[in-house]
Amino acid sequence: MATVKVLITLKPGVLDAPGQAIRQGLRALGYEVEEVRVGKYLEIVVPERAAGEAVANAASAEADEMCARFLANPLIETWQIAALPGGVGSEPPA
Amino acid sequence: MIWGVVTFPGSNCDRDCVHVLRDVLAQDVREVWHEHRSLAGLDAVVLPGGFSYGDYLRAGAIAATAPVMVGVREAAHRGAVILGICNGFQILTEAGLLPGTLLPNRHFRFICRDVWVRVETTRTPFTRGLRVGDLLRMPIAHAEGRYMVPAEVRAQLEHQAQVVFRYVDARGRAVPSANPNGAVRAIAGVCNAQGNVVGLMPHPERCAESLMGSTDGRRLFESVAASVLTAMAGV
Repeated sequence: MATVKVLITLKPGVLDAPGQAIRQGLRALGYEVEEVRVGKYLEIVVPERAAGEAVANAASAEADEMCARFLANPLIETWQIAALPGGVGSEPPA
Repeated sequence: MIWGVVTFPGSNCDRDCVHVLRDVLAQDVREVWHEHRSLAGLDAVVLPGGFSYGDYLRAGAIAATAPVMVGVREAAHRGAVILGICNGFQILTEAGLLPGTLLPNRHFRFICRDVWVRVETTRTPFTRGLRVGDLLRMPIAHAEGRYMVPAEVRAQLEHQAQVVFRYVDARGRAVPSANPNGAVRAIAGVCNAQGNVVGLMPHPERCAESLMGSTDGRRLFESVAASVLTAMAGV
């Protein structure tokens, strides 16, 4: 199996209401904060269908498609993908 | 005695609380905006239900940093009576004024229906006028009400009588089917170690008039009024 880590963030310039509310909270706690952008982080475990480096490449390509079709809204969001061999973290999933 | 009802951006039960206290129970009520830092002079403060700050980050997390929470903290320390209802309960846990936290419901659904809760202690001002084992029928309306607390803290809560309400069936039994959200030990409400800060997921303000189908919630507010007046009289 391989684990794909997906980070989805709003494109620059898109209004981020949760980010603004969180910035307000951080400022209330005394932190100097210019801006907060909120994103989503996913860990997706997929079965191994190729060997070696090809696993990660195949998983990455599939995750990219997942983002474009479903996980992200391409109009307002961008995504980064990192694929690693093995399960989530150091523990193989049950 | 003087009550305060706090309004955060996104609170939506604040007017209901003011109505019940002022119009139904003839109490002196101040409406408090979330930017107020001081709650000096208030004997009891209600943090109402709603979706403060859109529930961004986590339910109650941003409201816990609002200026009014400085006043709430100070009021709690001087022994004023504090009640958090639903989102208000979430805010009190995020602010560290109550132990534990509220997670998404077991079945990931927003639940809006009446439940039964059993009074577990009479050491809080809200339950002083009731009896242990009394059953109250109150509505819940939440997506994040599954109370969770680490095992060691939970034992302490039970030991120190900080569990105030538990979900039960109509006969008062804490059976799994009566637990609407999967809360640990069917906990519906807790108090701090001193007993003056209480949070609960059910909405007592929504069942305080016969028109609403139940008047059980009203007993909580009446209990406070009686116990604060007793304390003021130095009895």
